[in-house]
Amino acid sequence: MPKLSYLKALNRALGDEMARDASVCVFGEDVRVAVSNVTAGLVRRFGPDRVLDTPISEQAFTSFATGAALAGLRPLVEFQIPSLLFLAFEQIANQAHKFSLMSGGQARVPVTYLLPGSGSREAWAGQHSDHPYGLFAHVGVKTVVPATPSDAYGLLLSALRDDDPVVVFAPAGALGVREDVDFAALGPVPLGRGRVHRAGTDVTVVAVGHLVHEALAVAGELAGRVSVEVFDPRTLHPLDRAGLTASLARTGRLVVLDDSNRSCGFAAEVLATAAEGARLRAAPRRVTRPEGAVLPFAPALDRACQPGRAGLLAAIEEVTTVLGEGGGT
Amino acid sequence: MTDAGLYRTVALIRGFERRAVELVRSGVVPGGIHPYTGQEAIAAGSCAALRPDDVVTSTHRGHGHVLAKGADPARMMAELAGREPGLNRGRGGSMHAADFALGVLGANAMVGAAVPIAAGAAWALRRSGSDRVAVAYFGDGAVSQGVVLEAFNLAALWRAPVVLVCENNGFATSMRTADAVAGSILGRARAFGIPARAVDGTDPREVLAATAEAVARARAGGGPTLLECAAYRFDAHHTWEHAARPGYRSAAEEAAGRARDPLEVQGARLAPEVRSAIDAELDGVLDAAVEFARGAPHPDPASALAHLYATEVG
Repeated sequence: MPKLSYLKALNRALGDEMARDASVCVFGEDVRVAVSNVTAGLVRRFGPDRVLDTPISEQAFTSFATGAALAGLRPLVEFQIPSLLFLAFEQIANQAHKFSLMSGGQARVPVTYLLPGSGSREAWAGQHSDHPYGLFAHVGVKTVVPATPSDAYGLLLSALRDDDPVVVFAPAGALGVREDVDFAALGPVPLGRGRVHRAGTDVTVVAVGHLVHEALAVAGELAGRVSVEVFDPRTLHPLDRAGLTASLARTGRLVVLDDSNRSCGFAAEVLATAAEGARLRAAPRRVTRPEGAVLPFAPALDRACQPGRAGLLAAIEEVTTVLGEGGGT
Repeated sequence: MTDAGLYRTVALIRGFERRAVELVRSGVVPGGIHPYTGQEAIAAGSCAALRPDDVVTSTHRGHGHVLAKGADPARMMAELAGREPGLNRGRGGSMHAADFALGVLGANAMVGAAVPIAAGAAWALRRSGSDRVAVAYFGDGAVSQGVVLEAFNLAALWRAPVVLVCENNGFATSMRTADAVAGSILGRARAFGIPARAVDGTDPREVLAATAEAVARARAGGGPTLLECAAYRFDAHHTWEHAARPGYRSAAEEAAGRARDPLEVQGARLAPEVRSAIDAELDGVLDAAVEFARGAPHPDPASALAHLYATEVG
């Protein structure tokens, strides 16, 4: 089977949807030369009228896309850097997102915001390394973080076809992931539905984005000792709470692996959902960035703030101690 | 549009606002309003230059624009009162009134926020091959917002068919325009290569003529124009001031500001019997609007988050 990379999957989804639907257009910085590679080849295929290089003017072009959407287009807005979302938060959270309700259902704002290379790219320092997906889930904007190439393809397709604003985070740590794919079988992946990447019976690891691959590696290492189920929510808002609680019903234990800040972060929401809706056999754990972290520049410091395999292993040990000790605590 | 037509729109807005303020006082309209009184000539004149299929974005002080674009005063008043048959089903209120069927893409409570939205809508309309245009209304207070100046840049670069109507009513809440704007409003537009001119915002005829010229230019592919329409805000920034009385302008100044009243400017152009016939007709329309709003059903609390999404997920 041919290999598809995560980055190429985004490019392919966008190109396929632009070919299918003439109302899809792209706004962003340096998208014609495709600095992020997501838009590679698109200006040649679809022309400069549908692939628009914007000045460095994020707030204006974000709301410009809202206006274009109100007039019938389906724009994709690419942000080169995840922290640009802070700059355009008003335009997304307070404008585009609120039009539907505030207009009593008159308005639709089908805009997709794409973040190719979200999170840490290592040594890009404090203002280029954030992963603010939790903010969008909190205010109610549809928020997607695909982990695999086929999910990146399918979720971006669904985001482009959705009539609401959708933020798609494509973590830097996932962009190089490759997957054997039957191209004919690629298609939309529904928003709001999680995915069990690996079934297990002892503990559910909820992992977000690129960390799904870390969770699968750890699950592989532990095979035979601890049976780990890896649950990927894929859409953080609306969250597949039914899928999550079904997994917890099977395992009774929970660890969350989430590359964002700890306090009021996405992992906290997963723990709260478990506390409210599942009967856990051990106190749950979350492996996250530190509370209120700002990522430092030096690579070792950057890495020190990132959740990873060691922390996940330790957390799994903690919640499954009862297994290793054959009962007890 | 005829002088009688312009007068009717000015008087419609004046009468609507007078009744809306009364309904704020009596508690029928919750939350208060930002009265448009004194600025009616701007909405009346500029909307008279538009076709029904043109679009507008409005501001927190937006009743005039929505009414001048043709919204039903009864459903507008019901919206202010937060009732189910309101324009937005009671989900938007005074600061978000919208009527997409009439091209009113919504009033907006964030100062200046709608300017890039109007520019984007205008650009998309032109890209679709039509000659429809957009009008972005904003106040003097908005010209110090970065996103507004960014939107000027994009609109000029991409020749968006948008008319930028700046309503200079003298105050950003309590701050005088001279204390807020370095340089000039016209100069800000001209810095982006956008033609800009000052207009007497108390004279509907003048506003209509200036807007018609800007609209013709936009339809022909000439891009944006800015019109700085000067008027005086007769009433409070917000009805909250009626109780708080922050006192940032003197009674003498207010009297001087009210001396040139767009209602009288336009009314003087009509024969007295024509004017009084319009007034009588509007009294009927607006009294009925108040009755409609008072009697309209409240939304069901169970539907509080209806329309949160256009596409339901999960």
